[in-house]
Amino acid sequence: MSTLKILLVDDEEKFVSALAQRLNLRGFEAEWAVSGAEAMAKASRTMFDLAILDVKMPRLGGVDLKRELGRITPSTRFIFFTGHGSEDEFKVCSAEASCYLVKPMPIDELVANIYRVMGLSPKGD
Amino acid sequence: MSALRRRLTSCLVPKFLKPHHRTLARQGFLDYRSLWLLSIALLAVVSLLPLCIITAIDYTLTGRVAGSEQVLRTVRTASNARRTVTYFLDERRAVLEFTLREETYALMKDPEHLAQVLRNMRAGFGGIVDLGLLTEDGIQVSYAGPFDLQDRSYKDVPWFMAAMEKGAYTSDVFLGFRNISHAIVAVRGETEAGRPFLLRATLDILAFSNMLTSLEAGNSGDAFIINREGVLQTPSKRYGAISQAAGIPVPEFSERTDHFITTDRRGVEVLVAYAYIKASPYILCVVKPTSEAMIGWLQPRIDLLWLAGISLVVIVTAIYVISTYMTNAIYDSNLRQAQVMERMEQTGRLASIGRLAAGVAHEINNPLAVISERAGLVRDMLTLPGRKTGREPAPGLVDNIDIVLESVERCGQITKQLLGFACKIDLTIEKLDLGKVVRGVLRFLEKEAEYRSIGIDVDIPADLPPIHSDRGKLQQITLNLVTNALQAMSSGGSLTLSARLDEGRGVALRFSDTGCGIAPEHLSRIFDPFFTTKGNHEGSGLGLSITYGLVRKLGGAITVESEMNKGTTFLVTLPLAMEEQRVNAEDIVG
Repeated sequence: MSTLKILLVDDEEKFVSALAQRLNLRGFEAEWAVSGAEAMAKASRTMFDLAILDVKMPRLGGVDLKRELGRITPSTRFIFFTGHGSEDEFKVCSAEASCYLVKPMPIDELVANIYRVMGLSPKGD
Repeated sequence: MSALRRRLTSCLVPKFLKPHHRTLARQGFLDYRSLWLLSIALLAVVSLLPLCIITAIDYTLTGRVAGSEQVLRTVRTASNARRTVTYFLDERRAVLEFTLREETYALMKDPEHLAQVLRNMRAGFGGIVDLGLLTEDGIQVSYAGPFDLQDRSYKDVPWFMAAMEKGAYTSDVFLGFRNISHAIVAVRGETEAGRPFLLRATLDILAFSNMLTSLEAGNSGDAFIINREGVLQTPSKRYGAISQAAGIPVPEFSERTDHFITTDRRGVEVLVAYAYIKASPYILCVVKPTSEAMIGWLQPRIDLLWLAGISLVVIVTAIYVISTYMTNAIYDSNLRQAQVMERMEQTGRLASIGRLAAGVAHEINNPLAVISERAGLVRDMLTLPGRKTGREPAPGLVDNIDIVLESVERCGQITKQLLGFACKIDLTIEKLDLGKVVRGVLRFLEKEAEYRSIGIDVDIPADLPPIHSDRGKLQQITLNLVTNALQAMSSGGSLTLSARLDEGRGVALRFSDTGCGIAPEHLSRIFDPFFTTKGNHEGSGLGLSITYGLVRKLGGAITVESEMNKGTTFLVTLPLAMEEQRVNAEDIVG
């Protein structure tokens, strides 16, 4: 199986850039963006298997961005993460995606969820 | 019986005199003692003042009426006596005048004839001692009586001169030639030759006196006659014998019977009813000490005072009971109000702290994520096979990075707890056996208890009815309270979990430990978030506040009792079946 292409979107650059590097070190092909517009631009150039989106971002939030990206690349799967974890957020995200994580989360937990969402086993990578 | 005792206690015992309930004291409620005293004072004034005024008026008026009654009665006695005495004197005078018209001077000049006239008078009227016939020169030419007074001269005697001048005269009591107290009644006549003469009779003083002593003048009353100089004309029980000064002032002349109050020579205040006897020098007196005159008023006065006293006691008792009952009712009502307010305050505080905590957690989670990922990246660079530089990292570097990551993870756990605090989570209501749920939780903690020699007793009756509640919440509540109890006991001790059906409220689940207890000043704050008495790193201070929120969410209540160094008991009361509406309404905090 080819390497998974992952798009990370979070308005906190210091966080999202480090996370992208860590995922790359684990054999994924991860790119990152700090806004919805930048993410849309990257998605128009590359077909991502998975997008990991922050729920709360200025201008274009994670849920709206997911809908926009879905129009460009319908096959892309999604994981949401957030620093808040309110019930309302949880309800919305549960309807939009099968995975919802609260920051900070250990990298192993994120990787496990990536495999789960993609329907893969770590060994199959 | 206990309800009656409670009601009686509520009427008789002022609860509010004890130091105020801390809730009431803190919320600055009324000064119940002052309220109670003010109520007693006001009620006493408005009810006792009229009673006192009416009693005083009644006392005075009744006394005055009784006094007037006594005066009237004494005056009436004097008036009756006056009529008797006047009649006695008029009758004697009329007898003499009748004799003058029936008899001639010549006949009466014969002492034998005069003696016959005297006998007739005594037989017909009485009250006459002797008779005498006096010429205009004052010589008693004829005498009939027990004394030897024939031919005596009365020329210069005052009564003779007065009788000759006035035509009829009644004398004072005097000794005279016989040297015995007596009084004279004399009338003037004319001889056949037209010369004046006097027919005189000596009055029987004894008959006179008996007439007065027969009067009803009361036990210490006295009736007697004085002359215009205040000299006794009849003997008196208290004021002396005939011819002695009576020792009371001579009353002013009055046509009618009158009275006055004076002090006699013994210093006793007396009521004197008196009457001037017409055509005589006599004044009739009836004397009574005023103290005796008021004796008839004594019993009504005692009755009145008894009535007033009993009324006073009844009114004061009623005022005390009413004031105590009312103030106790206000106190109880305020206490309930204060407790409700305190609960609302507690709930509101938890809600705001929950919202604040969620906000803070969110703000902290983002920088924590940066630290986590940056530190993780450094560690990856040093340890992952694909990025090894060939040089070994400095000793301890990876360990230090791991410490940073562990700390971040711990912070993450705390912020997640905080987020959970404000998070509404749906309830799943099912039929539960409380005993099974509790025992299931205890299985997780049995090893720790055993290791620390702490005995756990479970006293949950098998016939306890099942409850409809949320299993997860119930497990969490039990876990939190049992963990809390185990932490309160250093080594040894015992924890008892018991459950009983609490009629009308549901099921009461009790967690009693023999641990260190909670200081009284901490009791009111133990359900506050972040309040902990444990060391800086041992507790987040969220366990009991989350437990509180969970119990409220299940529609129950939690209370605590504790005594330092003896132990703590948490009492969780849960409804047998949860009301859907209530669940929603209570969904405020986590």
